[in-house]
Amino acid sequence: MKKKIGVYVCHCGGNISDYVDIEKVKDAVRDEADVFLVKNTLFACADSSQKMMEEDIKTQGLDAMVVASCSPKLHLNTFRGVAQRAGLNPYNYVQVNIREQDSWAHSDNPAGATEKAIQLVKAGIARAKESEALTSMKIATTNAVAVIGAGVGGMRTALGLADMGTEVYLIEKSFFVGGRTAQWGSVAPTNDRGDVLTAGLFNEIQKRSNIKLFTGAELIEKTGSVGNFDIKVKIHPRGFDGTATADDIQKAVKACPVSTTDEFNFGLTQRTAILTPQKGQYPQQPAIDKALCNQCGACQKINSAFQPASTNEEILTLHIGGFVANTGFDPYEPAKGEYGYGEIDNVITLPQLKRLIELNDNELVFKGKKVKKIAYIYCVGSRQDDDEGKNKYCSRYCCTSATHTGVTVKNKYKDILNYHFNRGIRTYGKAELIYGQASQQGDVFLQFTLDSIPQVERKHNKTYVKVKDILTAGKTIETDADLVVLVTGMVPRENVKLGHLLKIPEGRDHFFNEIHMKLKPVETVIDGVMIAGTSQAPKNILETLNSSMAAAAKVNSVLTKGELSLEPTLAKVNPGACTWCGKCAEACPFDAIVQVDNEGKMVAKVNESNCKGCGMCTPVCPTDAIDLDGFTNAQIGAMIDALAEL
Amino acid sequence: MSTKPKILVFSTEKISDPAIDLAGLLKKHYPNTVYTISVPCSSGIKPRWIMQAYEKGFDGVFIAADGTDCPYGESCVEKTSDIISVTHQMMKDKGLKPSQLKMAAICSVCADPFVAHINNFMKELAKKDN
Repeated sequence: MKKKIGVYVCHCGGNISDYVDIEKVKDAVRDEADVFLVKNTLFACADSSQKMMEEDIKTQGLDAMVVASCSPKLHLNTFRGVAQRAGLNPYNYVQVNIREQDSWAHSDNPAGATEKAIQLVKAGIARAKESEALTSMKIATTNAVAVIGAGVGGMRTALGLADMGTEVYLIEKSFFVGGRTAQWGSVAPTNDRGDVLTAGLFNEIQKRSNIKLFTGAELIEKTGSVGNFDIKVKIHPRGFDGTATADDIQKAVKACPVSTTDEFNFGLTQRTAILTPQKGQYPQQPAIDKALCNQCGACQKINSAFQPASTNEEILTLHIGGFVANTGFDPYEPAKGEYGYGEIDNVITLPQLKRLIELNDNELVFKGKKVKKIAYIYCVGSRQDDDEGKNKYCSRYCCTSATHTGVTVKNKYKDILNYHFNRGIRTYGKAELIYGQASQQGDVFLQFTLDSIPQVERKHNKTYVKVKDILTAGKTIETDADLVVLVTGMVPRENVKLGHLLKIPEGRDHFFNEIHMKLKPVETVIDGVMIAGTSQAPKNILETLNSSMAAAAKVNSVLTKGELSLEPTLAKVNPGACTWCGKCAEACPFDAIVQVDNEGKMVAKVNESNCKGCGMCTPVCPTDAIDLDGFTNAQIGAMIDALAEL
Repeated sequence: MSTKPKILVFSTEKISDPAIDLAGLLKKHYPNTVYTISVPCSSGIKPRWIMQAYEKGFDGVFIAADGTDCPYGESCVEKTSDIISVTHQMMKDKGLKPSQLKMAAICSVCADPFVAHINNFMKELAKKDN
């Protein structure tokens, strides 16, 4: 029994104290038996607060500690560290979650939230009182990582990991690496080319023997936990094996009778069932789109490397220590009729314009007509006022990309006029120079608010955009346009299966959720699973690469030591109460319970190196002779009593 | 003092805790008389703890189980339901209604299902009290 407990109640800025009356909580728990001191902290996790706790433990001789703050997922280890540094066993520390499970969950009911906080803190004190010092066990880990998605981000993560000595399995769903970036020509702010960036990264990957790249591959199964996951990867047949000359490939494409819209050009062109690699896509080897191929065999007649009938599906079994999901984004697809999209012929999206620029060398032509006037409408699918909060966010990249595209078209083709219908230009950082450049070259900027959005209309065989421009005192301004470009935001790439397999939480915007934007920016609540790039939030290429490197460093730091401390929550048998019936041994999935002779009596004993601390053996014991460390009858019982009070 | 029914939730650290945290993060509200105790795995919950909760004044106990996602293996599902049936027998002996104990698999992203389960359970318990 602990006799000198220190209790700290955190304001978390206002995240907790805006709803929970901290003083009331302190007053309510001050007189609990064995509570030696009660303090509040503005931020318990701040360095100064941690130092104060360390001082308290040392100078006051605290023998247990409770911090009531956020979810243990965020700071359990932070405060266990505080305890350890001050000479207190980390398992005499108890974290009480009064943020995610209280102040936020009950922000509609501050009085109720305060009442609940008091009970939760009392239960935490009761648990701390019954806490025992424990020592962690270590398990061996595998220094190998599955990186899901081989766009710029995934490839960068793979390289970062490989150079730190980690074995990498780079798993790409499509038949080519390169992701979205391979689709872009000139990219802001440095005017390098997207396809050149992906080419460089692929080239580097080819040089690393510890990166195994799988294209046409998907994760289909995952078991195990951090340090030791077993996964299955399905490799879809490529339908092409061997070599073919560029001429043969072209002939085969011509011979293929299938026609569908080409996703690479965002539907501007058609393609066949033969997928040919574009600039920036690797390996530079064709593949067959099985879903569309009608098995006519025309391609195979031209070159036997084409194998449309191949069903050579392969299932790989791999043993890894962790994951990085770098699954990217999809451009927002406007609804039919949104600013005339899908109804008026010359209304397209920014990604489509970027492909159009790549497809038109000397003059910009759309549907046979030369383009002279372009109207850009900003914030399509971003900063929207919907209740569910789905597209409320700013997509960050689009203002920069649209102004940069304005500069690009003006430089590449003559006589282009750009009209930017925006909601305030957000070209942050160095991109502000691009905005300056666009203004200087004569681009026109018109500004609107969400309650008065531009109207796109077709009249007299022309398309017009009309807006109340707040920069000219709300005057209605109208222009005709040869192209109306919807500057679309980012949405997370459809990934239901993977999200389900890896159990990565999603936010309100449906992007993957990190534990904390600033404190744990690439970690998820699933130990050993990291996220990076635009799977997390809209990002530009630079930001994608930053987070990709961060995820590489983070997952490597978990695995590189070769061992991992496990929670020392092990089952233990009270030999006095045990009558050996064998039920616990039967219940244990890890063969951790053996029968031993204890002073002439046969009893159960826990083999500590096999015990994983699940507790499955504890409820089945007819004499209640097994307890789980950290979750003993005494601790859980005391918590139930404390929570039931009132 | 609150007059709402009180629910004790047994939740699992790796799987259902994140869902309950996520519910808070997304400000999906449920009554404040819901208290959570975390355990490593739902098949390690002792029937005596559940009985103790009723004795001390909880109206309902909700087990947020790992289901097939359990990191300790698939036998979790069967073992957790065994615990429920043993507890149901004990509840019967004490004159408690079986509907005062509920279990559902709550995955790490199941914030909406968690809140829906709790709100329904709360309604049911409130009805019985009248």
